[in-house]
Amino acid sequence: MNKMKKSLIKLKDVWKTYQMGEISLDVLKGISLEIYPGEFILIIGPSGSGKSTLMNQVGILDTPSKGNIFLEGKDISKLDESGLAQIRGKKIGFIFQQFNLLSTLSALENVTLPAIFQNLPEEKRKKRGTQLLTQVGLGDRLHHKPTELSGGQQQRVAIARSLINNPEILLADEPTGNLDSTSGKQVMQLLSDLHKKEKKTIILITHDHELVKFADRTIHLKDGMVLKITGKRRR
Amino acid sequence: MIKDFILLPLKEMRRRKLRSWLTLIGVIIGMAAVVSLITLGQGLENAIADQFDALGNDKLFITAKGNSLTPGLSIDAVKITQKDLDVVRSTSGIKEATGLIFSTARVEFNDNVRYFFVSGMPTELEERKLIGESQSYHLLKGRWLESGDNFKAVAGFLYTEDNLFGKEADLGDKILIQDTSFKLVGFWERIGSPPDDQSISIPIDAYQEIFNKPDEFGLLIAQTNTGDDPEKVAAQVEKELRKSRNVEEGKEDFSIETPAELAETFSTILNIVQWVLIGIAGISLFVGGIGIMNTMYTAVLQRTKQIGVLKALGAQRKHILTLFLIESGFYGLGGGLIGVAIGLFFAKMVEFALVAAIGPAFLSLEINLWLIVGTLIFSFVVGCLSGIAPARRASRLNPVDSLRYE
Repeated sequence: MNKMKKSLIKLKDVWKTYQMGEISLDVLKGISLEIYPGEFILIIGPSGSGKSTLMNQVGILDTPSKGNIFLEGKDISKLDESGLAQIRGKKIGFIFQQFNLLSTLSALENVTLPAIFQNLPEEKRKKRGTQLLTQVGLGDRLHHKPTELSGGQQQRVAIARSLINNPEILLADEPTGNLDSTSGKQVMQLLSDLHKKEKKTIILITHDHELVKFADRTIHLKDGMVLKITGKRRR
Repeated sequence: MIKDFILLPLKEMRRRKLRSWLTLIGVIIGMAAVVSLITLGQGLENAIADQFDALGNDKLFITAKGNSLTPGLSIDAVKITQKDLDVVRSTSGIKEATGLIFSTARVEFNDNVRYFFVSGMPTELEERKLIGESQSYHLLKGRWLESGDNFKAVAGFLYTEDNLFGKEADLGDKILIQDTSFKLVGFWERIGSPPDDQSISIPIDAYQEIFNKPDEFGLLIAQTNTGDDPEKVAAQVEKELRKSRNVEEGKEDFSIETPAELAETFSTILNIVQWVLIGIAGISLFVGGIGIMNTMYTAVLQRTKQIGVLKALGAQRKHILTLFLIESGFYGLGGGLIGVAIGLFFAKMVEFALVAAIGPAFLSLEINLWLIVGTLIFSFVVGCLSGIAPARRASRLNPVDSLRYE
């Protein structure tokens, strides 16, 4: 085993069990995996395979029923909700299938929103937000509301938003799922660039096998277990 | 940071305009009611204080027990007579004293019959002056009643208008009081209260004759010497009257009031009335608060997904809590602002209507800055309090579940 790089995220025998009345349902059944800094990881699997639940664990939106999750070596499975939120806000940028922009806010306000929770002064926020929107090709759409933007543009705003606090990890849940193929390609290109040029660790959840080509490693999920891991770890 | 936590809720409120307005209305009604009632109450209190100031605090009012200052309604056998007036006059510390009597009477003019107050007034100069001062009688035109004026009368202000008898009365007109003809020699200026402005004054001798009350006063008015403490003089008068009327202390069949005491009585009554009204207004405010709570609970449901997104983006419980609390606080504050404006406007309208209808003596409005500031703070607090439970619920939503919520 090559231990030159320490893992960024490490899941150790992670179980997630949902109690549905009398029945308890194991959605994740002892998942162990490590994700290293700068990797582009694809988590793929059919619906019901536990992808979303795994994303919630990796994105520390939720804590496991059993097992441990380490972020940069620190066990976060025992943290309370606010502790998780603090770490999440700093370390992880989320990109959702449905963009999840706030309809009352302009593109720039949406992008800078996560920075408010990190107490970044307004001036810096605006400057960085403008830079990021320019970077995703929306420098001329700063003050448009989400409803005035196309799906592809909205997702690019969401990507800019995920970058505002300069997180190490970008977590994208079916980011192209709601987009036409052209917009989808643009979005994937953007993520690929962020991976290559800015060395972001990207974790992308999808059921689309077409996207495997972008990833360093692909984690195949089935019935709450890791079926196989394909690809190679970057050195 | 504060600015962001203010702007975000404002944008949400603007997005749901209809619901925001409906929520605000509840608070607006409550606040408008509180503000207008307090303002009007204070206006009334001011007006009463003004009246008592005009009266001067060197006057004593002596009535038979059971009689109040509302005259003519007594059926008691207890009377105030000339003998009492003489006793009061001769008490040390009294500068001048006089008596008058009033009751409702049949007044006929221009072939119309109405029932108004008629008062029997002294005709001596010094006594007239005392009456004029303490009862706010000022001549509009004509002259005062004088000695030897047997069947002459001075009429209230409203007799100069045509809505009392269908015709304006003028100097020299004859008017029938209890079927006795009186000649009008003067008119009083507007006093401001209809019963006063509809009343008619005649010489006390004539009054005693036509009402067949040869030796009776409804009210004695005494003026104390400048420099003497009116309360002490009042005590002295009481003592002398007790002696002459042969009653024991504590069993007086008469009462002596000073303006200070009267003012106090009035303001106590007024305060009670005011607090009852404010209590009622408070109930409507409480209902407004429930409205805010309802709206906020709905907002939490409708924005569940958004809360999940905010949490995914790093919002902690305290952030969500703050956002929702500020939003509900704004409902309170917004309702308070509009409510204060409407409340003051309403109070002004009431003042305007009252002055137009019955004259200026009843209300003296004053815009109270502290009332406004206090109301605004209070309404913000009501809003925040109403939002606590919904905001807590919002802040405790599980991010995973809320993100999945559609």
